[in-house]
Amino acid sequence: MLRVCLRGVKATAQKSSGRIRLTNVQQCRVYTTGESSGASRVVAAGLLTVTGGIGGTIIYAKWDHKFRAAVEKNVPYSEWLLGLALGPASQDAGLPIRKQMESIQPPSMMEKQMRTSKAKSEKKLKETTEPALSQPTQNIQEASAEATQIISAISEVQSIPAPCDTEPAAAAEDCKECSDHNIALETAAVLQETESAGAAEPLRERSAEEVAARLAQQNQDEKDIIASLSARLDDSLASSAKATLQAIGAQEAALQAITQHTHKLKEAMETEGPTEEKSTQWKDLEAALADRTTSVNVAKTALVKANEALDSLKSVIDKSRGLKITAARPLILAAEENLHKMVVDLDKVVSKVQSAESEAKIVAQYTELVNEAKQQFQREVSSLTPEIQANWKGLTGKLSTDDLNALIAHAHRRIDQLNRELAEQRVRGQIHMEAALEQQRAEDQKALDKAVGTATQHVKEEARLEQERKLADLREVIEAEMRTQLRRQAAAHTDHVRDVLKVQEQELRAEAEQELSSKLLEQETRYRQLTQEQLDDFTLDMNAAYARLKGVEEAIDSHVEAEEEARKAHRLWLSVEALTYTLKTASAESPSMPLEDAAEAVRASCVDSDFALALTSALPEESLKRGVYSEASLRARFNSLRSLARRVALIDESHNTLYQYFLSYVQAALLFEKQQEVPPTQLRSEDLDPFKLLSYASYCLEHGDLELAAKLVNQLRGEARRVVEDWLTEARLTLETRQVISLLSAYANAVGLGTTQAP
Amino acid sequence: MADELGRKWDRCLADTALKTATGVGIGIVFSVLFFKRRTWPVSFGSGLGLGMGYSNCQHDFRSPYLIHGHVVKDQ
Repeated sequence: MLRVCLRGVKATAQKSSGRIRLTNVQQCRVYTTGESSGASRVVAAGLLTVTGGIGGTIIYAKWDHKFRAAVEKNVPYSEWLLGLALGPASQDAGLPIRKQMESIQPPSMMEKQMRTSKAKSEKKLKETTEPALSQPTQNIQEASAEATQIISAISEVQSIPAPCDTEPAAAAEDCKECSDHNIALETAAVLQETESAGAAEPLRERSAEEVAARLAQQNQDEKDIIASLSARLDDSLASSAKATLQAIGAQEAALQAITQHTHKLKEAMETEGPTEEKSTQWKDLEAALADRTTSVNVAKTALVKANEALDSLKSVIDKSRGLKITAARPLILAAEENLHKMVVDLDKVVSKVQSAESEAKIVAQYTELVNEAKQQFQREVSSLTPEIQANWKGLTGKLSTDDLNALIAHAHRRIDQLNRELAEQRVRGQIHMEAALEQQRAEDQKALDKAVGTATQHVKEEARLEQERKLADLREVIEAEMRTQLRRQAAAHTDHVRDVLKVQEQELRAEAEQELSSKLLEQETRYRQLTQEQLDDFTLDMNAAYARLKGVEEAIDSHVEAEEEARKAHRLWLSVEALTYTLKTASAESPSMPLEDAAEAVRASCVDSDFALALTSALPEESLKRGVYSEASLRARFNSLRSLARRVALIDESHNTLYQYFLSYVQAALLFEKQQEVPPTQLRSEDLDPFKLLSYASYCLEHGDLELAAKLVNQLRGEARRVVEDWLTEARLTLETRQVISLLSAYANAVGLGTTQAP
Repeated sequence: MADELGRKWDRCLADTALKTATGVGIGIVFSVLFFKRRTWPVSFGSGLGLGMGYSNCQHDFRSPYLIHGHVVKDQ
C-alpha cells in the first residue's frame, strides 16, 4: 500500500510535471496563434513591398537602358527576369556607332590627305596628254606627294619628291636636270603643249632615257630653229646691209655729185674767166648736173631698195621675235641694232642729201638769178652801148669820153635805178623775206616736225633697243642668278636626298639587323629547344631506368622489411595474446594478474607503432598494477549489489532521512520486479526506475553484455548509485582493459594479416 | 561501497544502542538521584539517547550528501 502510494506520488509528480509542460506548450501555441494574425499582416506587408520594388525596377529599366544594364550586371538573375518582362535589350545604338565613328575618323584623315595631294597634282596638271602614264605612277605620285608634304614643309613652291625610294640615284640627277630644264622651260615660256604639261608636272617622274631624249630633242629643235633663224637673220641682215650700204653709197655719191655740182655752179658763177673756160665750166657743170641727177636717181632707187630690205629685215626680226626663243634673242637684238643703225645712217645720209639738195637748189636759184641779172645787165649794156661787146673789160682804150660819160651816166642812172630797185627790192625783199621766212618757217616746221619725228622715232627706236638690250642683259643676269639659285636648290636637294638616303639606310640597316637577330634568335632557340628536348628525353629514360632500379631495390628492401614487419607483427600478436591470456587469469573472486608485464611485453614488441604504443599507454593504471576482475566475478558481485541497491532505491540527496531509509527498505521488501528484463533499445523516462534498471542490467549481465549493464547501472541515481559506484568503476576498468586489448589484438591481427603474404 | 552501508548500519545501531542505553542509565541515575525514581527521566534519557543515536545515524547516512559551504564575506 505504501509502495502504491509512493509510486502514485511519484507518478503524479511526474505526470504533473508533464502536464505542466504540455500546458506550457499549449499556452505557447495559443500565444503563437494569437500572434499569427499580426505575423500574417507583417508577411503580407513585406510581400507587397517586395513586389512593388520589383515592378518599379522593371518599369524604370524599360525607360532607362543604362539602369537596366547596371541592374543586369549587378543582380544575378535580373537578366532573365528583365528579358522576360521587357524583351532583349537594344544595344545596337551604343558601341558600334562609336566604333564606326572611330573607324571613320582615321580613313577620313587619310582621304583628306590623299584628296589634297590629288588636288595639288591635278592643279599642276594643266592638260594631261599622257593619262596612260599617270595610272601606273599614281601610287608613286601619291606617295611622293605625301613625302613631299612631309619632307618639305607644305608650301606653294613646287618641290620634287625623293625619287630614291623607287629608282637609283642616277635617276635623281636626271630628274634634277629634268627639273632644271622644266623650270627653265617654264621661265622661257611654254613652247609646246606637251612640254608645258611636262613643265607643269614636276612631280611626274620620267625615265632617264626619256628625259635625255626629250632634252636632246628639245635642244635639237632649238638649235635648228635658232640656226634657221640666224640664217634668215643673217641673210636678211646681209641683204639689208648690202642694200643700205649701197643706198648709203649711192646717197653719198649723190651727195658728192650734188656738192660738186653746187661747187661747180658756184665756181661758174663766181669766176669770170675766158669763154672757153666758161664753156668748159658750163659743160662740166652740165656733166655734173647730169651726174647729180643720175646719182640722185640711183640714190633714190638704192634708198627704195634699202628701205625694202630694211622692211624685210624688220619683218624677219618680228617673226623671229614672235618665235620667242631665248637663245635667238641676242641675234635678234643684234639684228635690230644693225637695222636701227642702218636706218639711222640712211636717214642721216638722206637728210644730208636733202640739205645738199636744198643748198643746191638755193645755189641754182642764185645762179639763175645771177644769170638773169647778168643777162639783164648785158642787155642793158648792150642796149646802151650796142657796139660794146660783152667782154667789156678788155675795152679800156677803145671807148671815148662820151661813151664813157654816157656809160657813167647810164651807170649812174642804173645805179639810181638799182638803188630804187634795191630799196624796192629791199622792201619787197623784206616782205618776200617775211613770206619766205614764213614759208621757210612752215617748211622748217615741217622739216622740223619731220626731223623731230624721225629723231623721236630714232630715239624711240634707240630707247627700245636700249631697253631691249638692258632687258636682254637683265634677263641674262636673272638667268644666271636663277641658275645659281637652281644650282643651290639642286645642291640643297642633293644634300637633302643624301641625308634622307642616310637616314633610310640606317633605318633599313636597323631593320635588317633586327630581322637578322630575330631570325638568329629563333634558330638558336629552336636549336636549344631541340637539344633540350633530347636532353630531356635522355634524362627521362635515365630517370625511368633509375626509378625502375630503385623500385627493384625498394621491392627487395620492402621484402626484407615486410619480413621484418611480419616478424614484428607476429611478436606483437604473441604479446597481445599473452595480454589477453592474462585477462583470463582472473579467478572468481580475485582480480587477474597485474597486466604490467604483459603490457611491457606488448610495449616492447611494438616500439615503432605509435598506435599500439598509445593503446598500451591507454591501459588504465589500476589494471596494470592490480589487474582486472573477470566478468563472472562482476556478475556475482552484481547480484549481491542488486539487493542492496534495491534497498536504498528511494535515498538521494533530498530524501536521506532515516525514515526514508525505512520506507526504502519497506519498498524493497514489498516490491517485486522481474529478475531479468529485456532492456529496450531506447530508454524512456519510466525506465529510469532503479528496479527496472537493475533488472535490465541483470539481464544484460546474464547475456554477457557488461557494457550495456554498466551503462544501465550508470543511470542509477542517489544512494543506489553510491552503492554501486565501486562495482561500476570495476566494470569500467574491466571494460576499458578489454577494449584496449581487443583493439590491440585487432591491430595485431590486422598487422599480421597485412604482413602475411598470400602464397 | 556496498559494504559501507552495512558498516554504517552497524555503527549506527551500535551507536544508537549505546546511546539509548547510556541515556537510560543516566536517566535511571537521574531518576534515582534527583527525581525520586520517576520514570520520566529514564524515558527522557532513553529518548535522548535514541534521538541522539538517530540523529547521529541520520547524519552518518547523510554525510555523503552534505554540502559544506563557506560564507564569503564581502569586503
